[in-house]
Amino acid sequence: MEQTLIQTSLKEKFSAEILSIDENSDMLTVTVNKSCIRELIRFLKDELGFVFLTDLCGVHYPDKELALGAVYHLHDLSRNIRIRIKAFTSTSQPEIASITDIFSSANWMERETYDFYGIEFVGHPNLIRILNVEYLDYFPMRKEYPLEDATRTDKDDRFFGR
Amino acid sequence: MTQYTRVDPPEGYSAPGFFATSLDKVVGLARKNSIWPLPFATSCCGIEFMATMGANYDLGRFGSERLSFSPRQADLLMVMGTIAKKMGPILHQIYEQMAEPRWVIAVGACAASGGIFDTYSVLQGIDKVIPVDVYVPGCPPRPEQIIDGFMKIQELVGNESLRRRYSPEYRALLEQYGIK
Amino acid sequence: MEPSEKEHLLEREHILIRPEDYDKNFSTLNLGPTHPATHGIFQNILTMNGETIIDAEQTIGYIHRAFEKIAEHRPFYQITTLTDRLNYCSSPINNIGWHMTVEKLLGVKTSKRIDYMRIIIMELARITDHLICNSVIGVDSGALTGFIYLFQEREKVYEIYEEICGARLTTNLGRIGGFERDFTPSVIAKIKEFIANLPKALIQFEKLLLRNRIFMDRTIDVGGISAERALNYGFTGPCLRAAGVDFDVRVMNPYSSYDDFDFTIPVGTNGDTYDRFCVRGEEMWQSIRLVKNALENLPEGNFHMDVPEFYLPPKQEVYSKMEPLIWHFKIVMGEIEVPAGEVYHSVEGGNGELGFYLVSDGGRTPFRLHFRRPSFVYYQAFPEMIKGSVLSDAILTMSSMNVIAGELDA
Repeated sequence: MEQTLIQTSLKEKFSAEILSIDENSDMLTVTVNKSCIRELIRFLKDELGFVFLTDLCGVHYPDKELALGAVYHLHDLSRNIRIRIKAFTSTSQPEIASITDIFSSANWMERETYDFYGIEFVGHPNLIRILNVEYLDYFPMRKEYPLEDATRTDKDDRFFGR
Repeated sequence: MTQYTRVDPPEGYSAPGFFATSLDKVVGLARKNSIWPLPFATSCCGIEFMATMGANYDLGRFGSERLSFSPRQADLLMVMGTIAKKMGPILHQIYEQMAEPRWVIAVGACAASGGIFDTYSVLQGIDKVIPVDVYVPGCPPRPEQIIDGFMKIQELVGNESLRRRYSPEYRALLEQYGIK
Repeated sequence: MEPSEKEHLLEREHILIRPEDYDKNFSTLNLGPTHPATHGIFQNILTMNGETIIDAEQTIGYIHRAFEKIAEHRPFYQITTLTDRLNYCSSPINNIGWHMTVEKLLGVKTSKRIDYMRIIIMELARITDHLICNSVIGVDSGALTGFIYLFQEREKVYEIYEEICGARLTTNLGRIGGFERDFTPSVIAKIKEFIANLPKALIQFEKLLLRNRIFMDRTIDVGGISAERALNYGFTGPCLRAAGVDFDVRVMNPYSSYDDFDFTIPVGTNGDTYDRFCVRGEEMWQSIRLVKNALENLPEGNFHMDVPEFYLPPKQEVYSKMEPLIWHFKIVMGEIEVPAGEVYHSVEGGNGELGFYLVSDGGRTPFRLHFRRPSFVYYQAFPEMIKGSVLSDAILTMSSMNVIAGELDA
């Protein structure tokens, strides 16, 4: 019941921007255009009561045109409803608006997403790498990069099954 | 009735009132029973180290009751846990600050060889940045294993020649790591 | 300090600079990555006005082990080696949380016996996590005795873990769909003995510190945060409950039959270090209650559900029948596939809401696995919590937040 109310209010306000709504997953999942992400998150926080940002992470689908995605998990603590918002962007123009002024917890989460995927959050106060070394020149979680260190010379391929 | 072994004194000439032996044996004996470790605990192996220092396994029995967190006052650098590439230069700096004689024990699979983390961000063994004396395998090693490694360090400390730190081989070893 | 740098500091709202300080020289102190009092390796560069802290610039990532990248290359049942090493003080909670995430994706519903066994183990792990945190707050304020006594209790839990799964710290416990073996009578006896003896040790520890004048002076009104700021910063767990918000994932989104049990959630008022210490202490008493109730009411049943994809079949059947042989081959070679979909599941870890966001594309390994790590999210608030305090207060605040480096950097 609550889900349908949320869906109707979202569709009313952001009908042009919503790309898809998925009700069959474990929580309501809304995929939107990246241009409306700030208004959407602010609407969810102020009007619909989703006061808690549980998680913000990135995801990379190399086969799609808009390959890089940011996934937001929000939680309405008083009514105990969770919602998942996804916004996709292309690798060539990976800019998404930052929500650091709406939720302070997004600060480091956006830095981590930038560090791993290269999604640039416009308006972030300090968008630099957080977990990897500063001189790393690529975004390691993207699917094209390997797990192991490519510069190692001491591994004998006979023992590693290659 | 607990069984205990009495440790033999070093070789030397003894008579009533004095005991004559070589200097390096006495110095080794004194050093090995009073090692001041620097616990460089980064991750899970650090918690097993805390258990080793606790009352059940008690590393203090071996003379290392006083942990030194300042490298200048420490004898043994115990590296416990994963060292990432970001941490490598800092480990190098800590090692450089230690005064001779100094020993290094790599506790855990991650410190010895990178462990289960064969990734772009983890240093595959601390012997890429500093010379290591004893490697203790395990993930994490049981406190008994850590104590076993510590006893091997004690053996090394007790049998070390006084001239080792001035020898050309040792100098070459440090040169290899870029340590003055 | 250059005038432009001072202005940069003034822009950030939580910086405490008074007008009379504008011409003073501020000093920089490096609370470096290797420091005896920071439990874990993370760096804080403090800007100080004499003894008072004005700002802290944090650097983390010194133990970044790329868990999320490794997870994309490992079959689903090998991910427990990674989740173990997230919050390594209470690794069974992480493991069971991961198993529940995959079970949610597969649509497997576990039986009551498995749920109760999981509750027992998770609450034991929560007790061990809080034992470390509280005794280490004591160590950082100079009281070493509590640490030595409480660590003995941890040794007893290590013995219980060894009986169940063979390892002490990084337990790799359980399987997707249940457990690898049932609780033997000696395990149950050890748990009963532990629960019977722990209250005495906890009371001894509380007598040392809880109403100790010196400890109270050092921890009351130190490192406080209000409930609104805490929610904005994404606090969860004991740190949030100390600030006054009763958000506990075990009650909000009950998993593993927690709703069968009756337990209280301790909530503080100020959000300062003393409240966090007290909340953790009281949570240990509630965990004792939960373990006792779960053990008394443990129903009969099988210790694992019928998920042949994740259970090695018994060897006699592998050698004699066809289907177990095929399952054995598939499991060992890592050819098990999980249906496509995405799921987010969270459990109440020692530090708060530990979440697992799993995206599966129907393959052998996760397509994307993200760990929502509680201490990563709330450690951002540290500069705001220590503004205006002195260095020793900052140390105590940090240790009461229980930042585990493995969970911070993943």
